[in-house]
Amino acid sequence: MAALRAALTHLGAAVSTGVWRLGYGARFFAYLLLHSGTAFRRFRLTLREIYFAGVLSLIIILVSGLFVGMVLGLQGYETLQRYGSSEALGVLVALSLVRELGPVVAGLLFASRAGSAITAEIGLMKATEQLSAMEMMAVDPVARVVAPRFWGGVISMPLLAALFSAMGIFGGYLVGVVLIGVDEGAFWSQMQAAVDVRNDILNGVIKSAVFGVAVTLIAVFEGYDAVPTAEGVSGATTRTVVTSSLAILALDFVLTALMFTGGNGK
Amino acid sequence: MADPAVAEIEDLTFAYDRRPVLHGIRLSIPRGKVVAIMGQSGCGKTTLLRIIAAALLPSSGRARVLGQVTGELDRDGLYALRRRMGMLFQFGALFTDMSVYDNVAFQMREHTDLPEDTIRDLVLMKLEAVGLRGAAGLMPGELSGGMARRVALARAVALDPQLILYDEPFTGLDPIALGVIARLVRQLNDSLGATSIIVTHDVAETLPLVDYVYFMADGRVVAQGTPADVHRSGVAFVEQFVRGEIDGPVPFHYPADGYAADLGLAAA
Amino acid sequence: MNRSTIDLWVGIFVAIGLGALLFLALKVGNLASFSSAQTYLVQAKFANIGGLKVRAPVKSAGVVVGRVAEIHFDNESYEAVATLKLDAGYKFPRDTSAKILTSGLLGEQYVGLEAGGNPAMLKDGDRLRLTQSAVVLENLISQFLFSKAAEGGDAKGGK
Repeated sequence: MAALRAALTHLGAAVSTGVWRLGYGARFFAYLLLHSGTAFRRFRLTLREIYFAGVLSLIIILVSGLFVGMVLGLQGYETLQRYGSSEALGVLVALSLVRELGPVVAGLLFASRAGSAITAEIGLMKATEQLSAMEMMAVDPVARVVAPRFWGGVISMPLLAALFSAMGIFGGYLVGVVLIGVDEGAFWSQMQAAVDVRNDILNGVIKSAVFGVAVTLIAVFEGYDAVPTAEGVSGATTRTVVTSSLAILALDFVLTALMFTGGNGK
Repeated sequence: MADPAVAEIEDLTFAYDRRPVLHGIRLSIPRGKVVAIMGQSGCGKTTLLRIIAAALLPSSGRARVLGQVTGELDRDGLYALRRRMGMLFQFGALFTDMSVYDNVAFQMREHTDLPEDTIRDLVLMKLEAVGLRGAAGLMPGELSGGMARRVALARAVALDPQLILYDEPFTGLDPIALGVIARLVRQLNDSLGATSIIVTHDVAETLPLVDYVYFMADGRVVAQGTPADVHRSGVAFVEQFVRGEIDGPVPFHYPADGYAADLGLAAA
Repeated sequence: MNRSTIDLWVGIFVAIGLGALLFLALKVGNLASFSSAQTYLVQAKFANIGGLKVRAPVKSAGVVVGRVAEIHFDNESYEAVATLKLDAGYKFPRDTSAKILTSGLLGEQYVGLEAGGNPAMLKDGDRLRLTQSAVVLENLISQFLFSKAAEGGDAKGGK
């Protein structure tokens, strides 16, 4: 009885904390959007963050994309040739990447590579009183530190996802056409016939943009809200990766349900 | 001058959530002086400094700083007020992603439209004042603790503030660095015609430097006066604090049950 | 890392990112094939469209000449009306016929156009008169079974 009571109390506390943080997070998001002017007026600040979030994630994105594409090529060929339709390999690789794997896997990699770095950096600035110092110098840390990082991430993410997909398709081409010997013309022409710019590619880009907003928002929020100690910052970094990964998967389900069902899908 | 007191605190109380930290504080910081607020760790002196810096607002009572009542300001008013203040944080709080030069130039670039070569001259002047002109190109990670504190000091006075706040400026410094900082505090105050408030628990270094001292204990001002007065104050706490005695009004032991009982000896 | 190096790298990053998007749109997707070209719309009524979907290809002699733009059900004739968006570069006679065909045994369905002999050409908004519905497997099988049964009946009656 006592154990049940304790469990219920714990659950209640967790729920109320969650709701409280959600509200605080939403307020933070609104404040961030309202004070984003600096990030665009002085675009150099945002440029620097695109460098840290985007350029430094390039290698991992390109390499992962290549391998994911190569695996898709191998597995896809394996399955398709049983039905004698190995020419559809291009379609399979391209659609899986453009619709799902590109945005999702690139988003997960982005969360662990760039998201955690953003949280750790902002958290450490808070722990070493750099944010308070900025506040004391009459400079709003949300406008000066948080907003450029947010927009840097939001701009980087769709580009990274597109690179991931392109690299993956190249990987599928390498395995399928160069290695296994699927007909090159069929590989590309079937792909072009089946992949639609608006329904597939644009929706993929929208997905990756939504993931970019979600991951970067979680990252800057966790950093800004971190308990200003070493433990607090490491905890916030972990939470960034876990929360944003879950957010990506949940959002992906919702977006897929909205985009690819309801009659307009192929 | 119309307003001789740069900062005035009246009947101030402050509580974090419901935990009271400051009770009935009343103090006044005269223009042009270097004033210390001293007390033990946890007595509320840093909270008081944050209230003067308008980073916190009083729960009740008034804080009037540079002629403005902090509780009545909106965001823009607050930022306008803070541009007339400089603050040195406990460990410097330098921006670790910028060079020493950019740290000092930070406020000038944020708040003024000065051309870059004017900023350059100003930054080098500020750095020269703390003796670190040669370190302009270094990153904060390459500085010793004392040098970082001096850079932070140069940054705090970058816009020639009227009020300079110091949060534990002497903590963790070796005796030489400490002497340098102490001398700079006085020098900058007098050359800028500013007013300084130092929050600290380092008695020996602070008393020779300041014009006036407030002693705090448990969120209250328990004694005040010039450094000469302090030695004759006769308040038991101040005596203990200034001489660094182990036992006194502030007990050595944290309140606990009987020692013997705790060890289980009483039962035997 | 000084500022101009950062600018350079960000520039490279944005350029190859946009390049990847362009690659997806042009090489992987079908943006190059139709969206920029002029098109005209014609309608075709089918008794049954089977599994035909919006955006399915419209082919003539095996060449893709357009896409299915829209499909709806006509409340008066109880038939399906498919709107075909044809590339303006391809002209067809007014008595062209439309069939719903399947690529391969299990492949997707598409609309096949067969040109007629009328000298007048199709214009935007015209309707194709001659259509042939999709082959529905169930109907085919039941037809086959009925005819077999009928044959069997005839044979019995004949004896």
